Amino acid sequence: MLEAARCIVYRDLLLALRRRTDVATALLFFVIVASLFPLGIGAEPNLLRAIAPGVIWVAALLSTMLSLGRLFAADHADGTLEQLALGAAPLGVVVTAKTLAHWLLSGLPLVLIAPVLAVQYDLPQALYGVLALSLLLGTPVLSMIGAIGAALTLGVRGGGVLLALLVLPLYVPVLIMGAGAVEMAAAGLESGGQLLILGALLVFTAAFAPWAIAAALRISLE
Amino acid sequence: MTTAVRWFWFASPHTFFPLAGTIARWSGLLAVPFALAGLYVGFLVAPTDAQQGEVYRIIFIHVPAAWMSMFLYLVMAFWAALGLAFNTRLSAMMAQAIAPTGALFTFIALWTGALWGKPTWGTYWVWDARLTSELILLFLYFGFMALHASIDDLRRADRAAAVLAIVGAVNVPIIYYSVQWWNTLHQGASVSFTKAPSMAATMFLGMILMALAFWLYSIAVAMVRVRCLIVERQ
Repeated sequence: MLEAARCIVYRDLLLALRRRTDVATALLFFVIVASLFPLGIGAEPNLLRAIAPGVIWVAALLSTMLSLGRLFAADHADGTLEQLALGAAPLGVVVTAKTLAHWLLSGLPLVLIAPVLAVQYDLPQALYGVLALSLLLGTPVLSMIGAIGAALTLGVRGGGVLLALLVLPLYVPVLIMGAGAVEMAAAGLESGGQLLILGALLVFTAAFAPWAIAAALRISLE
Repeated sequence: MTTAVRWFWFASPHTFFPLAGTIARWSGLLAVPFALAGLYVGFLVAPTDAQQGEVYRIIFIHVPAAWMSMFLYLVMAFWAALGLAFNTRLSAMMAQAIAPTGALFTFIALWTGALWGKPTWGTYWVWDARLTSELILLFLYFGFMALHASIDDLRRADRAAAVLAIVGAVNVPIIYYSVQWWNTLHQGASVSFTKAPSMAATMFLGMILMALAFWLYSIAVAMVRVRCLIVERQ
């Protein structure tokens, strides 16, 4: 079972490596969206510092959502997904592995590049750690909740916009806690509470999302 | 075995169709006197609020609508789950029939809230925890309906929307508490929902009457819609 999961993660990473631009586009999108805000709002440093956590987190939400389309679509198109569903490994394990691969390709790069954006927004250095940690805890939740939406909208017309409508409202708690943790730290307060709740959301989603994803996929594959 | 048979007797759209008509007729007819009585108590009997004057009377529409909006989502998720578990066609139709009414009440709650907010708080919209979670609830309803509408295969549409409704129902309390916490982080007690500690009995009566009227209306409309769905699908 673990072997199957390892194989799927390895395979998805390898496929992504062969098509590097796909991964790069979502990451670039993240950077560009975050760079547009100062242009629209103005480059006043205090203002930028105040909006930075929210902007970076919203950009992370949108960027994760954009890359969700890739999660099952290609495998669905060439029939791999049906083979995986029919295979010996439980579908829950398969989708967990695929979601993990998706996070490694779309969530982890965000965590790593976020401090660079924090420089753009003139955030104090002390906050880089909290920002990265909040993204590290939050982005897997985004991938897992997003995977439910991606599985539900598989092969549906208008899938991309529909996915946004389904998934973004469910992202609200992660956004609030993630941006909240950074804002608390910026105000010089203890941000442990928000980070712990993010961790709790992560555990909760990791426990229940695979079932929902697998159920949604089975419905889509019928 | 006999109980099982009775449980599922009305799960068949064919047997449910006439029953739905009867329920729709009676609850629709009953909703009218309840609404009239509720409005009468609300607008003519209930005392004027000491702080807010006559404006507060919108509460008789606003609060029952907000109750219904949240309750109907749970009812919808319940039918969706039932449909997923027992594979009964009717349950999915019930969920689909309830969704527009739920969205309507969510919208009414937001709209009346805005109209109430302007004279009392001086603004149509504040990012209060309840307002925000109500708005997100509206998005969840829209997501449910949009997903159902965009899948052509009805069976798949029913089941996919059911999964979404269940995921949404699990998320609603999480969203509510996170928004509440976010709100307390951001703004102080500039706007507070806390009302005068004692609510006059007549006010409460008016609200309960209106809530019952909304209940009956929701049942009636959902039943009519289920009948339409049954006709449409078979």
